[in-house]
Amino acid sequence: MDPARLLPLAFALGLAPLLLGVVNRTKAIVAGRRGAPFTQPYRDIGKLLRKGAVYSGTTTWLFRAGPVGGLAATLAAVTLTPLGGAPATVSFPGDLVLFAGLLALARFLTVLAALDTGSAFEGMGASREVQFSALAEPALLVALAALARATGGLSLTDIAGGLGAAAWAESGPSLLLAALALGAVLLAENARIPVDDPNTHLELTMVHEVMVLDHGGPDLALVLYGSALKLWAFGALLVAAALPVRTGSALPDAAAGVGGLFASAVLVGVVESTMARLRLVRVPQFLVGAGALAALAFVLVGK
Amino acid sequence: MIAAPVTAVPNGGSVPVAEVPDLPLPAFRQAVIREVGEGARLAALFGWPAESRVRLLAVLARPAEGDLGLVQTDPGESYPALTPDCAAAHLFEREIAEQWKIRPEGHPWLKPVRSPASDTDFFRVEGEEVHEVAVGPVHAGVIEPGHFRFQCHGEKVLHLEISLGYQHRGVERALVGGPGPRTIPLVETLAGDTTIGHATAYAEVVEALSGSSPPPRALALRGVALELERLANHTGDLGALANDVGYLPTASFCGRLRGDYLNLTALLCGSRFGRGMVRPGGVGFDVEPERAATFGTRIEAALRDTLQAANLLWGTSSVRARFEETGRVSAEDARALGLVGPAARACGLDVDSRLEFPSGIWCFAQVPISTWPTGDVFARAYVRFLELQGSVRFAAGEARSLPSGPVRVPVGRLAPERVAVSLVEGWRGEICHVAITDRQGRFARYKVVDPSFHNWFGLAMALRDQPISDFPLCNKSFNLSYCGHDL
Repeated sequence: MDPARLLPLAFALGLAPLLLGVVNRTKAIVAGRRGAPFTQPYRDIGKLLRKGAVYSGTTTWLFRAGPVGGLAATLAAVTLTPLGGAPATVSFPGDLVLFAGLLALARFLTVLAALDTGSAFEGMGASREVQFSALAEPALLVALAALARATGGLSLTDIAGGLGAAAWAESGPSLLLAALALGAVLLAENARIPVDDPNTHLELTMVHEVMVLDHGGPDLALVLYGSALKLWAFGALLVAAALPVRTGSALPDAAAGVGGLFASAVLVGVVESTMARLRLVRVPQFLVGAGALAALAFVLVGK
Repeated sequence: MIAAPVTAVPNGGSVPVAEVPDLPLPAFRQAVIREVGEGARLAALFGWPAESRVRLLAVLARPAEGDLGLVQTDPGESYPALTPDCAAAHLFEREIAEQWKIRPEGHPWLKPVRSPASDTDFFRVEGEEVHEVAVGPVHAGVIEPGHFRFQCHGEKVLHLEISLGYQHRGVERALVGGPGPRTIPLVETLAGDTTIGHATAYAEVVEALSGSSPPPRALALRGVALELERLANHTGDLGALANDVGYLPTASFCGRLRGDYLNLTALLCGSRFGRGMVRPGGVGFDVEPERAATFGTRIEAALRDTLQAANLLWGTSSVRARFEETGRVSAEDARALGLVGPAARACGLDVDSRLEFPSGIWCFAQVPISTWPTGDVFARAYVRFLELQGSVRFAAGEARSLPSGPVRVPVGRLAPERVAVSLVEGWRGEICHVAITDRQGRFARYKVVDPSFHNWFGLAMALRDQPISDFPLCNKSFNLSYCGHDL
């Protein structure tokens, strides 16, 4: 195997928490604060790993399996994710379906662990998460299908490789629509404003965060790391679709991809700083809108 | 036409207890129900021990007359409850039953007010898909304790029951036998964010009972301090509302600006929360001309920034979408429940004791009443925004033209066997203090009604048929005090 193909995975494993640091720093700067250091997420994870965990007597092995299984599934999804034009560590035709499936598996395990606690909050969060993801998943798959149709590739790596300047020249409008849909899915899947507020302490308004309230110590560290990787994976897809830098060699492509990822983290921070959260009952409309954009992109691809 | 069997006192006035009409129960009920029906607010209804019998005293704030009507009765062991005919008596009658073991017969929901440990019997909605959500008393943020029990169908709230009392400290009991050296610190911490409001109400009660009148300069300074308290809290609330919908710019700005107003309070008296400012007979600190000038400049600068931060809210459609139509309380419900303060004014009710029952500086200066008709979270936010502007205009004006003279006069002994009432429009709404003195001129009963006591039920009503995810936002738009309620 070409060692260069390990590059996207290595970047993801090492830099994913930094992405959260950049989002938080952006929000702080826009708000006129100095903000926490970029490395704060690493310190949080380190701190949590050194702690013990507390388990409620009502939980079973499912609760403990949730964070481990969730992180494992997310990691597997990251190995399929290309970084800009740089090929992913593992790729085969049709891996985009596996990508969505692995993320669904991670969510399924998180939801099971949440339901296992028997808490009213976690049940509510699980219900919301499942409802929203039922709408976000079609948007993701159709957007990927549109990209596949535009490039003729059937694996994420082939699709990303084919999304150069030529593809943009040929079917720019539909690529733009697909990128917008991916951006909306990124915000929804990663519990960002306008869909969810990652910083709130109000259990009743939470979607994703409320499901992991009962996790502590190393389990919570795994959850945090897993969500950083998930943001990385979605960000990488968005960058692959939106940033047509394809030099043909892995290192510059990967470097451009990392740059694009941090730019998209800044963008997420700016979005969070300038708009309020949607009312929870409006979130499905937001996601259906993303699905409609993706479908339009699929139809418009000029092939 | 029968003459109204109530004794009228002005706000901040007192009468001998013997002059308060002692009606038989049916006439008492009739008087209260009639006055409330004619537009009076039930400012207080409480029991007090007189000669081994517990009597009930009602304070009716009558805006049409601009005075406070007092009436009392001997309820015996039990009496027919007022609540079915006068919803505003709901919590008062629960409190009477809890404190004095007097049973209001026919009360629809007779439970203790401040004993959460024994309060386990919640209203339940039965049905296939109905589920119950319990929140608190320990919350995820650093906030006061309270228990909220939601009956939900999916995300929709059918009913919310609020169970408080975790902060009950027995302040009213501790005040009996006063005034003494402990009285002022107790009054200033009835609700920590309403130090000036409660201290002013207490000072007015003591002044009414001792027959002293504070100098004009002191009245002006009390008014300025009261408005500063309003400014700080309203600004903080606007920021907190923005934070709850995840809108960061206003949240951050207002967080800082609240500090500016608190610092202005510290400029007057050395304490950011106004401790030590208001004293019976006047105020604790005078302000020299240079400090008054600095004050005027700084408060106007703070208002400019606050308006800018708040205008971001009104100009952002995603924020408006969250605020509008959320947590609506109708004007009829607000009137029936006896809501006060910004929560009532946001339902379009002209309720403001600074105008209706002026005392102190409000006899000489007016602040416009700010209302908004929609009754939703937006209205409660917007009323605060409107009030900020009136408050700064008043405070800056007073600071520029303070009356000359002393700031404090000595206060003599309290007159025996009198009852004194004071209403103060604190930032949350109408604060009511009632003191009854014994033969030696000491407090035989000291009743405190924080505006939160009137308004908590308004929050429960606002949640009807709302998504449960909007509860934190509605809660913040009322921003009620737990310790002011629990006493």
